[in-house]
Amino acid sequence: MEDKTFLKVEELNKNFGGVAAIVRVSFSLQEGELLGIIGPNGSGKTTLVNLLTGFVKPDSGTVIYRGMKITGKMPYKIAELGIARTFQMVKPFYQLSAFKNLIIPLYSPRVKKLKGGKYGDRDDVAIDLLEDVGFERDSFVPYKVASSLPHGYLKRLELARCLALRPDLLILDELFSGMSMSEVASTLPIIEKLNAEGLTIIMVEHRLKELFRIAHRVIALNFGFKIADGPARNVMENEAVKAAYLGSEDGD
Amino acid sequence: MFPSIIIYGLVNSVILALTAMGFSLTFGISGVANFAYGGFYIFSGFLVWMLLNYLKFPFILAIVVTIGVIGLLGFVTYWVILLRVRGIALSEVIATFALGVGILELFRWMGFVTYEFTLPYLKKGMIMIAGVPLDYQRLFIIGIGLAMVLFLYFFTHYTRIGLAFRGIAQNERTAISLGIKSDRTAALSLAFGSAMASVAAIVILPLGIISINLGYEVLLIAVAVGIVGGLESVSGILVASLILGYAQVITGIYLAPEWMMVVYLAAIVIILSIKPSGLFGKFKELEERV
Amino acid sequence: MALRYRKERLDRGIKARCEDIFALSSYREILYLAFPRVLPVAALLILPLLKDVVGLYWEKVLVITCAIALLSLSWDLMASVGLISLGQALFFGAGAYITGFLNYTFKLPPILTIPLGTLGGAFFCTLLLLPVLRLRGVYFAIVTLTLPLLLARFIETTKILGGTEGMSALSPLPNIWVELYVSVIALLLCLFGFRRLINEDYGLVLQGIRDNDRAVMSGAINIYMFKAQSVFIAGVAGAFTGAFMTHYYQFVGMPAFALDYSILPLTAAVLGGVGTFAGPTIGAFILVPLSEILRAFGTLRVVFYSVILIICVVGLPEGVFHYIRRKYHQFERMVEVG
Repeated sequence: MEDKTFLKVEELNKNFGGVAAIVRVSFSLQEGELLGIIGPNGSGKTTLVNLLTGFVKPDSGTVIYRGMKITGKMPYKIAELGIARTFQMVKPFYQLSAFKNLIIPLYSPRVKKLKGGKYGDRDDVAIDLLEDVGFERDSFVPYKVASSLPHGYLKRLELARCLALRPDLLILDELFSGMSMSEVASTLPIIEKLNAEGLTIIMVEHRLKELFRIAHRVIALNFGFKIADGPARNVMENEAVKAAYLGSEDGD
Repeated sequence: MFPSIIIYGLVNSVILALTAMGFSLTFGISGVANFAYGGFYIFSGFLVWMLLNYLKFPFILAIVVTIGVIGLLGFVTYWVILLRVRGIALSEVIATFALGVGILELFRWMGFVTYEFTLPYLKKGMIMIAGVPLDYQRLFIIGIGLAMVLFLYFFTHYTRIGLAFRGIAQNERTAISLGIKSDRTAALSLAFGSAMASVAAIVILPLGIISINLGYEVLLIAVAVGIVGGLESVSGILVASLILGYAQVITGIYLAPEWMMVVYLAAIVIILSIKPSGLFGKFKELEERV
Repeated sequence: MALRYRKERLDRGIKARCEDIFALSSYREILYLAFPRVLPVAALLILPLLKDVVGLYWEKVLVITCAIALLSLSWDLMASVGLISLGQALFFGAGAYITGFLNYTFKLPPILTIPLGTLGGAFFCTLLLLPVLRLRGVYFAIVTLTLPLLLARFIETTKILGGTEGMSALSPLPNIWVELYVSVIALLLCLFGFRRLINEDYGLVLQGIRDNDRAVMSGAINIYMFKAQSVFIAGVAGAFTGAFMTHYYQFVGMPAFALDYSILPLTAAVLGGVGTFAGPTIGAFILVPLSEILRAFGTLRVVFYSVILIICVVGLPEGVFHYIRRKYHQFERMVEVG
């Protein structure tokens, strides 16, 4: 009987020169879910994302995506399969204008295949994508050089870069960090809408209030261990989770 | 036959290790590329020669002054050249490469190319080990070589400066936030590496003449040893030197002396196909770039 | 209160008038845009015709300049994807030896050996460099530095392909017009071809890989494939140069892997402006004739190149081309402050 789980992570382990970053982490994800991952600084959240997307190879454990083993595959192969991720430290192409930043994922074989080779002019598609994530078209923001854009816009550019790939699984690594309250307020509905339209999403976040509002399920990490896994309400009340956060910031 | 292979193989291995160590220290451990390494090596040789022959310095003084000057040269190279282009890999590589070539070709143009340019042995004479004649110089090389390796290991694992060297290679930002002055540490690593090149030059060059083309070969050796062993690890240098050293000697005896250089080519090609980060290379390709 | 001034840089009026469709509005605008492109093309096409005026010697310098310029273009293409080569001589030598071998052993004519040498050389070098593409950029520099040295030694040791003496008395090129015009046209094709390539979306991907390869990878692009393609294309340019020069000199030997073929293109590119393709070409046209004039100084010329390299890299990283372009498009004036 074929396992229909969208994403299955089993006993993932990663050690960095003596420091245990991820220890025996397992969880599964159904299609269409919006999973949150929380934990204090240093709990291994970004390492987990790196492990899932191929930027770091695990010491042991497996990651199975739609029945296919993707553990240790090259990042571009994993992206090709439909898993897109943002980077916590934004990595735009600073010298290019905002919309030109999107040309590169639009050039990928995945996009070529999906659109049967006829995607239309990449420049136009890029501008549209940027509008979808909140770049104001009429004030020429999409044409500005990335290095001149404020942080909040760069974060949304990261999101657009992922969406350009038409992903099936979207992993957001602290998308809201560094965004102002109004930027968060305007970006949150975009994510909700994407999820409502069927996009499976994993969100690593520090801003717990916003996350608990939209996530179906939440996983909590601490020192590399998974300490909670369940519906948002339950995890919010979980004693271990509260203890892990005591002494560190409680979100904004 | 057998004992001589073992002994000469060891000597060759130590020569390779000594030659490669300075380069590895700077590049592999603190991430600063010094393609002027070959130039510094030959410069050391000529400087000692000039101090001995033009200024009539006593041998010990010439050695100490040279090591000091070359070390200082390394330090200055960082502050004057590399500082301005730190982080731009393209410029770092080109600048140090140009410096090395400039130094070497300058000497060539000044006429330092005849047979008179040799350095004296530290002590003449030889001993017999297991029926194999071994001159004191080569014995001395082995001694200095092993001492250097031990020193390098303890230095990078147990002293504050040495740990700082490794720190800035692994993650410059974290190192800076921990209070390690990245620029000064990098400059020091360049100085140390250059000084080691000096030491290597002083003990090895007496075995032949100071030939300018040796400057390019030295870079080649350092690179080959680094690639085979893994540029980040001291044990890598050791093992790689042993492998290459013995491979060369055996090739030299059973095939022909000219084939010894080919060993480098073969080794590099093989390692790059099987394990590109080197035998003891700790970082896999992607994780390397954090 | 003392008057203070600051320097202000503005686009020239005519440049502002050239945006988009307005470029076609009058002859002056069209000329303004066309001039920098047409001038070098015209100059290069006309120079060979002046051979009787300028003398055969300088025509020979033109051929060598085009060769070095081609090598610089090849270097620049790899630099655009983030690969710094310290050994263009690798491509030159590979193309040279394959061509020489085909001509020497099988007596094939230049019309066959040159294309075969070009493709063969490009393939050979790409295969050789394939394993290094996965590693940090500096490894590529290291390996390209050592490979020409090692290959030269290999030939010297094994005495294959002519060993130390090389292969001589190879077929010459048909006549001086072929020599001159093939060089010039190859250079122009490469120059405009590479510029077009880098301005297309493909080129954008290449530059993305240079600036931020992790981001490119997360965009589902196989960066190694693109790097390999760049090496191949650059290899074609480099190997062609070697192949062509083999028949020009009617000889190929270990000097084909000489350091000069690595350092000159590198210096030309850095002097002219990395990443611009026009820059390396200009750099070559400055350096090669200069080095001919300074021939009397012998090896000191290499020291001279090293000094230029260091000064450019540290103090003038933009290169000559950027400076010229800035002057063409913008003007400066002092403006009062406060």
